[in-house]
Amino acid sequence: MLRTELQAIYVTWLREMKRFIRSKSRVISMIIQPIFFLFILGSGLRSAILPGMSMTGDYMDFLAPGIVAMAILFSSMFTGISVLWDKQFGFLQEVLVAPISRLSFVIGRTIGGATTALIQGFIILLMALGLGVKVNGVLGLLLTIIFMVLIAFTAVGFGLVLASKMEDFNGFQIIMNLVVMPLFFLSSAFFPIANNPNFPDALVKVSFANPLFYMIDGLRGSLTGINYALHPLIDLAIVLFLCIIMLAIGSYLFSKSEV
Amino acid sequence: MDIITTENLTKKFDDFTAVDNISFSVKKGEIFGFLGPNGAGKTTTIKMLTTLLYPTKGSAKVASFDIIKERDKVRKNIGVVFQDPALDTELTGQENLDFHARMYGLSKDERKERIKEVLKLVDLEDKKDAFVKHYSGGMKRRLEIARGLMHYPTILFLDEPTLGLDSQTRQAIWAYIRKMNKEENTTIFLTTHYMDEADHLCDRVGIIDHGKILVIDTTNNLKNSVGDDLITLSSTDDENLLKRLNKESWIKNTKKEETSLILSVEKGEEKIPTVIEIAQSLNIKIKSISVRKPTLDDVFLSFTGRTFRDQETPESPLKQRVRMRNMRRR
Repeated sequence: MLRTELQAIYVTWLREMKRFIRSKSRVISMIIQPIFFLFILGSGLRSAILPGMSMTGDYMDFLAPGIVAMAILFSSMFTGISVLWDKQFGFLQEVLVAPISRLSFVIGRTIGGATTALIQGFIILLMALGLGVKVNGVLGLLLTIIFMVLIAFTAVGFGLVLASKMEDFNGFQIIMNLVVMPLFFLSSAFFPIANNPNFPDALVKVSFANPLFYMIDGLRGSLTGINYALHPLIDLAIVLFLCIIMLAIGSYLFSKSEV
Repeated sequence: MDIITTENLTKKFDDFTAVDNISFSVKKGEIFGFLGPNGAGKTTTIKMLTTLLYPTKGSAKVASFDIIKERDKVRKNIGVVFQDPALDTELTGQENLDFHARMYGLSKDERKERIKEVLKLVDLEDKKDAFVKHYSGGMKRRLEIARGLMHYPTILFLDEPTLGLDSQTRQAIWAYIRKMNKEENTTIFLTTHYMDEADHLCDRVGIIDHGKILVIDTTNNLKNSVGDDLITLSSTDDENLLKRLNKESWIKNTKKEETSLILSVEKGEEKIPTVIEIAQSLNIKIKSISVRKPTLDDVFLSFTGRTFRDQETPESPLKQRVRMRNMRRR
């Protein structure tokens, strides 16, 4: 029984990997976009000093963790939502009449989506290191990787929530523009928020209610050791909690959704 | 032995009853068909029997397992080919089969062996490494049938197996279905809205309309219930000819259509001269005359009072709404 379920998780993951490697345009566009941010925006503003930024590093040190997080977030969210494709193209029916639990399929998809997102995240991370972004020792790097994994799983979970609530892809663009983009701008990925004197107080408060804020603050704190608002371990606790909640809601909603 | 039995199986979507108290049974080893127009409740029935939908009322047993209480056991014993293709087009044919085999817990050796077998059964061996997105509609259907057979199911469900395929491909698919029924000893439950498909393929047919089963019988018995032979003729004066023919005792049944008369008789060929003689005696000229054996079309007509073609006209608003709703449910 358990062997079959593990087998099902494995093959679902395997399918995700194969699809990922074969959809070259998706891979390229998902890697290129963060590269643009990193190289063009990062290089252009490298010597700029933003209010609230630490004096020890430059803007590249500030931006790189945010872009790594962005690559992982968008890619994971996309794979989470791509369950909708399976729904629309009927493939989901094939899975649902198989004698395995829906949870195994969800687990396989989640691990698969997180894996593909992490591959992209690590590519961006390596490039950032190549550009000379500050690293806060081996422990910092280890903590960075833990953050990357947690971010990937949380975002897949969020994608699953959306996929089980959405009927088709029409709503996807709206969610991206009206929910994800503002959250991303308020996450401190591009500029400091917590101790930025020019930023409206109300928006600072909103940022603290933004899950993405803790992910990016934590990733930045652990990778570069500067420019963080909260201690990385506090961020870690918050992100871990968010991750568990999101995955639980995502798989619950998905296993309840009707075909 | 009965391999599928249902008792008062019912499915309601809000206030619309898609399947209405149906009770029937399917025998082991036969090809059983559900014949009915679009929206008759065929797919809903299949979805309940394959555990994708919970019935609102009633119960059913598939391969002796209850479809509500023993879902996993039912699933192990059935193969399903859905109406819309359910393949991953980004994978190759072989990878699709492998995915399926692992989902059903086949061991490595079993998988290898079985993939070869089923590919051979549907003649896709040389296409196994091509991506499914490059397959034709007929090839996709064949691959799905092969996949449905991967895990040695006792029953294979086919929902409209030849929908949208050209006639040559349809013939081929029919041949594969017959082959696996014989060679693999698989019981086949299929739905169709094609009369000829039910006629060619099925041992027994249930005619379903508006969620109710009107009749279940062998195709031969159904056709015999309509009459032996049907003479179709058109003449210069159908009305008066019909009046006269109605007096003849050897004509079992007459029916007037727009431009023709249909007579139900025994030994049709021998009656043609008599009919022509009668027409001549009334000074009516026969424009055309033909004899044919009754088809399931005629059966459907006699049970529902409408021809199948009437159903093919644009969908009624209600049906459309129900269909849209069903699509959303998927």
